[in-house]
Amino acid sequence: MTAPTPSIYSDRIYEALMATHTGLSDAESAALNARLVLLLANEVADPDRLTELFVQARAAADG
Amino acid sequence: MRFDYPAFDYIPPPGLTEREPRHQVAIIGAGPIGLAMAVDLATRGIPSVVLDDNNVVSVGSRAICWAKRTLEIFDRLGVGERMLEKGVTWQVGRVFHGDDQIYDFDLLPETGHKYPAFINLQQYYVEQYLVERAREFPDLIDLRFRNKVVGHQDFDDYINLTVETPDGEYEIETTYTLACDGAPSPTRRRMGLPFTGQDFDENFLIVDIEMETSPFATKLAERWFWFEPTFHKGQSALLHKQPDNIYRIDLQLGPDADVTAELAEDRVLPRIRAVVGDTPFKIDWKSIYRFRCARLENFVHNRMIFVGDSAHVVSPFGARGGNGGIQDVDNLGWKLAAVLNGASPALIDSYNTERVQAADENILNSARTTNFMTPKSATEAMFRNEVLCLARTHEFARRLINAGRLSLPCALDSPLSTPGKAPVPPGAAMIDAPHDGGWLLEAVQGDFTLLSVGSARRADHADLRCVHTSDKTAVARYGDGMTYLLRPDGHVAAVFRDPTPADIASAQKRATGEMP
Repeated sequence: MTAPTPSIYSDRIYEALMATHTGLSDAESAALNARLVLLLANEVADPDRLTELFVQARAAADG
Repeated sequence: MRFDYPAFDYIPPPGLTEREPRHQVAIIGAGPIGLAMAVDLATRGIPSVVLDDNNVVSVGSRAICWAKRTLEIFDRLGVGERMLEKGVTWQVGRVFHGDDQIYDFDLLPETGHKYPAFINLQQYYVEQYLVERAREFPDLIDLRFRNKVVGHQDFDDYINLTVETPDGEYEIETTYTLACDGAPSPTRRRMGLPFTGQDFDENFLIVDIEMETSPFATKLAERWFWFEPTFHKGQSALLHKQPDNIYRIDLQLGPDADVTAELAEDRVLPRIRAVVGDTPFKIDWKSIYRFRCARLENFVHNRMIFVGDSAHVVSPFGARGGNGGIQDVDNLGWKLAAVLNGASPALIDSYNTERVQAADENILNSARTTNFMTPKSATEAMFRNEVLCLARTHEFARRLINAGRLSLPCALDSPLSTPGKAPVPPGAAMIDAPHDGGWLLEAVQGDFTLLSVGSARRADHADLRCVHTSDKTAVARYGDGMTYLLRPDGHVAAVFRDPTPADIASAQKRATGEMP
């Protein structure tokens, strides 16, 4: 497997996401994540595509 | 002003002293569904006998929200205008989280419809109006109060009913029997039919109060819904206005509420004061209910047909109980009349197919509402609260808030439909529009109708009622140049551009159950 090529945005996005949580308690971060999921889901706005993403996210939890 | 419950007369039925001729239709239950069924059949010349174990209209407001499509059906049955006149048309809705208003909305009705999105009117008024309407058909509707059906036997080509009265029992034979005996349906229990679905572990207290002073800032009626109000910690609450200065308050009590204790006056009064403050009020009616979504697998069992709550129940938020039941009536009336006049019994099967689909849609919507209102885990509660939080600033999040979705007519995926594409597609219910100084719904409901629109060749057919519309609102809603075949219940059977008589005949055959 060749090393993945990061998009010019990847590092910026990750950094900004971490910064968004700076200084919050775990509970506050969890609530922020919930709001974020809702906002992003609204941006995607495609129930079929979202369901695929939900399944992928869930897969790790189910092992 | 409280409702005065008149007692209907018990008249000893002829069956007590002599064998009655076989009845074409017996209707068990004189609630809104049974009464509407009798009136619908009477408008088609079909006689029925209505058997009810009681002799007063329903006690308590019960079903109060009547949706636009239901009002349009009631218009056809002759009580819609009276309901509209008496009912409360609310306009402003407010949603609160804690003590803060998250947002409000104005339900200004779209113009060009005879009826608004919905009205609030106590069930007892609807039943009273329907009884009075039924009495306008003395030769066709035989209303029998304090006539309780206690047994029945299906002899394949007829049903024998055993009926108990204050003067003893008697028996009648019927070609079809319609079980309109509500959610606890003794008929369904007698037949041992499974009534399966989802039970929600959540108790709700509903209280009707009479209050002279309006809690609302203006004269307009409003609907207030609270998530987690401080006056009722961690739960939800709803305030709705009904006619006669009666207000409906719904309070979520949680899964572990002691139902008997919660109904005691000394427990109810402080809860109501917490909502309305120091305003004087009187309690008119109170009840506790649990959410349940369930339906029969089949609504049709040979000559016994289940209609309304006896066939399906949903949780009340979203107003899909009474409204779903009236749409059952609308669907069954013309089909049963046609079959009694010689049409294919396949039409009755299509009642089952279509209304099972509608019941599933209602159950899906009402289960979604219930799940939003009663989060089952800390994570669900967190998402719910963050939706409420975002809703203060984001329009999209308001659309996620689910305290009951408005009941809309089901778009039927039906064996009676001829496939086609149009602004109002096959299976959908008609959309009202101005027509000839009145309304389109008045011109097209009740019989098969060929409707031509705008520049389409004027509908002309010997065996069908033909209506042409050039009204610009109607043309915009139905599409210029289209021709529609509408069923007697106002649902679209087929859509055409320039149909030949053979196209129309074929679609009509299909719509009457004569073709696959």
